[in-house]
Amino acid sequence: MIWNPNKECMSRDEMSALQGKRLHKIVEYVYHNVPFYRNKLQEMDIRPDDIQTIEDIHKLPFTTKKDLRDNYPFGLQAAPQSEIIRIHASSGTTGNPTIVGYTRKDIGVWSECMARCLTAYGVTRDDIFSVSYGYGLFTGGLGAHYGVEHIGASVIPAGTGNTEKHLKLIRDLGITGIACTPSYALYLAETMDKLGIRKDDIRLRVGAFGAEPWTENMRCEIQERLGLKGYNLYGLSEVMGPSVSYECQMQNGSHICEDHFYPEIINPVTLEPLPAGQTGELVFTTLTKEGMPVLRYRTRDLCSLLPGTCDCGRTSVRMGRIQGRSDDMLIIRGINVFPSQVESVVLSMPEFAPRYMLVVDRVNNLDTLQVQVEIRQEFFTGTFDTPAAVDALEKRLAAKLKSVLSISAKVQLKAPGTIERSQGKSAHVIDKRQL
Amino acid sequence: MTINQLSIFIENRSGTLIKVLEALKEAKIQIIASTIADTAEYGIYRLICSEPTRACECLKKAGVAVALSDVFAIELDNEPGCAADAVQAFSAAGISITYMYSFLLGGKGILVFRTDDNAHAADVIAKAGLRGIDESALTGMA
Repeated sequence: MIWNPNKECMSRDEMSALQGKRLHKIVEYVYHNVPFYRNKLQEMDIRPDDIQTIEDIHKLPFTTKKDLRDNYPFGLQAAPQSEIIRIHASSGTTGNPTIVGYTRKDIGVWSECMARCLTAYGVTRDDIFSVSYGYGLFTGGLGAHYGVEHIGASVIPAGTGNTEKHLKLIRDLGITGIACTPSYALYLAETMDKLGIRKDDIRLRVGAFGAEPWTENMRCEIQERLGLKGYNLYGLSEVMGPSVSYECQMQNGSHICEDHFYPEIINPVTLEPLPAGQTGELVFTTLTKEGMPVLRYRTRDLCSLLPGTCDCGRTSVRMGRIQGRSDDMLIIRGINVFPSQVESVVLSMPEFAPRYMLVVDRVNNLDTLQVQVEIRQEFFTGTFDTPAAVDALEKRLAAKLKSVLSISAKVQLKAPGTIERSQGKSAHVIDKRQL
Repeated sequence: MTINQLSIFIENRSGTLIKVLEALKEAKIQIIASTIADTAEYGIYRLICSEPTRACECLKKAGVAVALSDVFAIELDNEPGCAADAVQAFSAAGISITYMYSFLLGGKGILVFRTDDNAHAADVIAKAGLRGIDESALTGMA
């Protein structure tokens, strides 16, 4: 099924023409409404009228996460505050989160794109659909929620946590679809085994899985254990949220809503565009966004683009699986975590040496994060003669980490000088997850 | 009235305990008593020894997380019931004992403990006629 055949199956010529028209409009819009972009374009001697076709996009400057951080909180917002009806926030690399405001039209576009995803998965108004992404500042919960409502299915705003109650609802209400992280889907399967619920006891048939990388093996396991068909759902809050791209029944690459989000693949080092099929860094330009449009936003996700008409009939370009990151961001329980966030917290507490290690693992299909820190000798005083005193210090750091990272981390105190001095960023992370 | 106990942070990893003991051996420090408060990830190694201040400096030089903690040591007759009587005095005075361990030295029982109120505890020791011992007395017995 196709939600919007006019757009999803548009001829390539028509799509290019539409993208070119929209690109010109968005450049003109940010030029007049966002000083950051106007200054950048003026420095490069580019006028909005220089951008007429989609090929002209290569003239435009890139936007990075750092730009979002430097312009915190509203520096990149293009619409007046009175037009903003929702604000989401995602983790920043240090200190400040990334703030994204949406106008009423943005929320409409988001719901439309999400409806395309769900329809591609086979969800209809007859489905009962559970949204098990986190609701709140994270875009996953509300983003998926509005899409489910838009197509007229019954939405269960389950959120995360309370898995046993959730499973009871899945069984008793005959829930047919679910949106969650793939690792949470596996956790559901584990919990079913524990509770003695068999896959024949439930009616799940569609899973929309995203917010973290996953593999074909995981898909097979989830499909087998939950008795559903699992589809990829991709998005990022800087561009919109979930719905930027989605798999169809072919399960072979995720179709990008490219009438709204224009994708490019670049070499992350030279920043040169790469030809179709080659793996590089994914870059998005929002073509219709009003609240916080972005020009050539560098996602840091590494993947390739697959052009050509899909067997499902859609003509929109597909993106392959995310193969990694061009920075050190980690995705833990669906939440973006940067080692630099941990660093800023550790540095804010004089008790600890400026050395730390993140140990990420997956236990029973749930990601775990352990942060190892060294206590400074001069702060190890006579009152640290009981485990309770050490635990209290660990808990203080854990609470600070939780408020910055939005996920729980277990703190492990190490003796002075026992954490290896890092050389380069990746040396701060041990990722034991086998994907 | 209190004595110095070394409190040492030791990770649950092979080689950490021996590093501490080797450093003490090197410095010719005599261990009089020791105990470890263990948890799943680390232990607090509590140690009574000769020359605790020097021992502490030596361990710090060896890169160990170590500090001196104020604890009490009292001497008890090596007879049944003596520990109960001593602790009863603190209990009656409303003083909590955070941790405690004991050992025999020169035929006498030595009870080492930390309280949540050292000034008050010193007072109780004096009033209850308990035989508090100081560092030189303890080292002398060893």
